[in-house]
Amino acid sequence: MEVDQLQRSFLEYTNSLFREGFLDGQFGQLQLLQDESNPEFVFEVVSLFFEDSERILNDLTLALDQQNVDFKKIDAHVHQFKGSSSSIGAQRVRNACIAFRNFCEGQNVEACRRCLQQVKQEYLLVKTKLEALLRLEQQILAAGGVIPMLDS
Amino acid sequence: MGMAAADSEFHVLAVDDSLIDRKLVERLLKTSSFQVTTVDSGSKALEFLGWHEDDRSNSNETSVSPKNHQEVEVNLVITDYCMPGMTGYDLLKKMKESSSLRNIPVVIMSSENVPSRITRCLEEGAEDFFLKPMKLSDVNKLMPHMMKTKYKEDNIIEKPEKQEKQESNKEETTQESDDVQLSLQEQLNGNNNNKRKSIDDGLPPVRTRPRYNGLTVMSN
Repeated sequence: MEVDQLQRSFLEYTNSLFREGFLDGQFGQLQLLQDESNPEFVFEVVSLFFEDSERILNDLTLALDQQNVDFKKIDAHVHQFKGSSSSIGAQRVRNACIAFRNFCEGQNVEACRRCLQQVKQEYLLVKTKLEALLRLEQQILAAGGVIPMLDS
Repeated sequence: MGMAAADSEFHVLAVDDSLIDRKLVERLLKTSSFQVTTVDSGSKALEFLGWHEDDRSNSNETSVSPKNHQEVEVNLVITDYCMPGMTGYDLLKKMKESSSLRNIPVVIMSSENVPSRITRCLEEGAEDFFLKPMKLSDVNKLMPHMMKTKYKEDNIIEKPEKQEKQESNKEETTQESDDVQLSLQEQLNGNNNNKRKSIDDGLPPVRTRPRYNGLTVMSN
């Protein structure tokens, strides 16, 4: 595929992710921090986010499975997840975490389990999309092109 | 850029329990040519700074923290507020109580915009308070705080020639910075200024001076 075709796809795809609310301005900030001296920065941060998220989701699932649910602990996990998703610009995940924390206050186990499902779903969605985006980036670089700047 | 050589003398200690946020802060700071050390807890931060339990009663500088050595000297501490164990506020407090550490400027970051929290930190002596996630424009606000301590002995508050050169090409940065700086100043008005080291040192509060917002240490 030609470089400009790939670049156009990249821009269109990124803009659609912004439009649909999957990503917010913070992701743009990450792109700005990537340069020749740190060409893998976005990839590294996003990879860390995936690892971190999967760990938190496991912890949350376990915590909600307990006989006596520790809501404080759950809130702490969700707070952490809210932070990391916010740091990479995963807006919908972050919003799902905010909603989750509100339900934690209510201390309703069933509601929290539903929230967890919601957060998991949003996470898996953004994960797929970020992976696709990173693949496009890699294709552009492999074809000798530069990754175009986002104008959001 | 002439600034580059001077920039590498500024060493920031970043404290955050989140690995992602540490990576982010590190990159943000390095982009602006600061030296960065990251630690994941307040206690590790104190360890790095050479803090001692009896620091507050001891007016002598501890020999474990050789402040004259460039590689150990810390010009600014930036810390997350919410951390398990020692919070950013606890770390701030301990530093301000320590005779050897109280002059190191501290900036607090938080993902939550809680006015009482912000006020509490500023009253305890924090230089500034950033909402997470941090942006490039926030990093530009760090320089004035670091220069305060760096040039304290020479009693130099600002470097006019540098300001003229460093014109911000990000208009929204200036706008946003003005808003934040003003609201911080408003909060400080009427507060007990004993813990505000800048005023103790006879240096005017830099917050209401918009020209600092134009300072950028980014090298392109």
